[in-house]
Amino acid sequence: MNLFLKRGDFWAGLAFALLGLYVVFNALGWDYMTEEGPGPGFFPFWYGAIMVGLSLLLVAGTILKQAGKSGKSVQWREMRRALTCWCALVVCVAILKYVGFMLAFGSLVWFVIAVMFNRPQWIALGYAIAGAVGFYALFVWGLDLQLPVGTLFN
Amino acid sequence: MDVFSGLMQGFAVALTPMNLLMCLVGCFLGTVVGVLPGLGPPATIAMLLPLTFNLDPTGGMIMLAGIYYGAKYGGSTTSILLNVPGESSSVVTCLDGYQMARNGRPGAALGISAVASFVAGTIGTVLLMLVAPALAEVTLAFSSPEYFALMVLGLSLVVLLAGDSLTKALLAMALGLWIASMGTDLFTATSRFTFGQTELLGGIDFIIVAIGIFAVGEVMANMEPEKPIDMLPVPKGLKNLLPTLQDLKDCRFAFLNGSLVGFFVGILPGAGATISSFASYGIEKAFSKHPEKFGTGVVEGVAAPEGANNADTAGAMVPLLTLGIPGSGTTAILLAALVLWGFKPGPLFIQDSPELFWGLVASMYIGNVVLLILNLPLVPLFAQLLKVPGYLMYPLILGVSIVGVYTSDNSLFQLGLLTFFGLLGYLMRKLDFPTAPLILGLVLGDSMEKALRQSLMMSQGDVSILFRPIPAVLLGLAAFFLVVPLIKKFNSVRGQMIDQEA
Repeated sequence: MNLFLKRGDFWAGLAFALLGLYVVFNALGWDYMTEEGPGPGFFPFWYGAIMVGLSLLLVAGTILKQAGKSGKSVQWREMRRALTCWCALVVCVAILKYVGFMLAFGSLVWFVIAVMFNRPQWIALGYAIAGAVGFYALFVWGLDLQLPVGTLFN
Repeated sequence: MDVFSGLMQGFAVALTPMNLLMCLVGCFLGTVVGVLPGLGPPATIAMLLPLTFNLDPTGGMIMLAGIYYGAKYGGSTTSILLNVPGESSSVVTCLDGYQMARNGRPGAALGISAVASFVAGTIGTVLLMLVAPALAEVTLAFSSPEYFALMVLGLSLVVLLAGDSLTKALLAMALGLWIASMGTDLFTATSRFTFGQTELLGGIDFIIVAIGIFAVGEVMANMEPEKPIDMLPVPKGLKNLLPTLQDLKDCRFAFLNGSLVGFFVGILPGAGATISSFASYGIEKAFSKHPEKFGTGVVEGVAAPEGANNADTAGAMVPLLTLGIPGSGTTAILLAALVLWGFKPGPLFIQDSPELFWGLVASMYIGNVVLLILNLPLVPLFAQLLKVPGYLMYPLILGVSIVGVYTSDNSLFQLGLLTFFGLLGYLMRKLDFPTAPLILGLVLGDSMEKALRQSLMMSQGDVSILFRPIPAVLLGLAAFFLVVPLIKKFNSVRGQMIDQEA
């Protein structure tokens, strides 16, 4: 497998190139110039084109660096914990609508402490309950803000 | 309004019980986030910003500014006790601060750092008070072409925030411009990049991006297994934290050097506190009678950079308040906060909102005194924060992020965007893409596009309007800033090729 395929910069460059192309093609669908001056396509066209140019430069630079075998590869194992945390956040946000803030946030806290950091259940549960109640007390009662209640309990 | 009466009005505003409380809260939170490595002022300000919407804007701004300059005070604690900078601007403090602590003088190092921060922070505020109104007067004649050129200059200074790769910094900035152009175009009512979602018609709220990139992204990046900390002990008792008279005498020049270098480097958008702290350290060493001792634990090596990184915050307020140009991620969030509260930072800001401007200036004087009091006797207490385990802190940060984003619009869609930008922030960190240029592009993008289109409407499409004297100078400077690193890069590649051939 080519070394550059393992490098994050190569894939990031490609992603930016695709985004830049998407921006440019969309911009071409809007007016570039109108009678009053530049149209809605003017500005996106230029930064989109610059994005494509720069991303190709990044991709080319990464491929050329292969000879020197320098550069940073993606460490998937290192990223696993971070991505697990992110997935927990996504699940928390997804269930907010149904179970409300207290239960969703409490579950997130429990997951981070008990599962990700492998701490005893009493710490995880205690902190989850205290955290959820504390947040509710501070923001809803203290600052008079609204937090999702959850359709299941509504 | 002259400076004296403005300042008196400012103290009348800042000394109201509520604003005084906001100043205390801001300074306290700033010190806490400065002490904690991994949680910086941009993340904290972004998370707390939605919660300040219910407050009076002056009080809110006083609190957020307190977090900004308070973090600079706290940042030195970890540099001195752990050899780990709490903020990037405290990196250079590690050189002599940690050595002083290892040589048995941690109290003196912490003390001189607090005193230098106080002196430079106060001198910086005096300079802010004198320079900002004068600069605002000069820029009163600016119209759309000048604003456009000014914003291009602000964005071009992204090269100073670029880190190792200018290409990555420019790509991050272009991403910020793309996010800024999402929503309905106000000139023609065209929907741009909304993906058919009605929630995106109004564009993406700056707060969501800032909290996602800085707070959620930071938590994810810190999710690595915990490492035990090896902290040097903090001496107990105020007496042991006070620098000696000889220390203060040795630091006379360092205080002045830190104050002036910090303030004037801080004025330059993009330059930032890290550059000012390194520059003042270099100057201190160059003019010292014993430069060979630098790095072994000399007191001036702590005073100069710590002073500079505090005076820098006052300097950074000058372009922010008088030109509407932020120089860093944190000042970009402060700019967004002012805009969200309905203010328009720029040449007319001091004239239109004297209460806020002078209240903020006066609160900075008060804040510096508060921080000196907080940072001398309470340093041992703040140092204990370093022992709070990450598994207790990270869920709290995620919770405040969720509440902050949800309460800004009461929309679950925005929370979906928060998770997206959190992932983006994390990936940017992993791939060494700087995040500050994205925020800068996002904050300036919309105004820059408006200024450009207004300019070309004024001239009926004739681009020569952008080359009137002031915009031409500003655009020339922008081109200079962008081209210099390219020439340097070209020369270094050329040098490498010549070496290889030889």
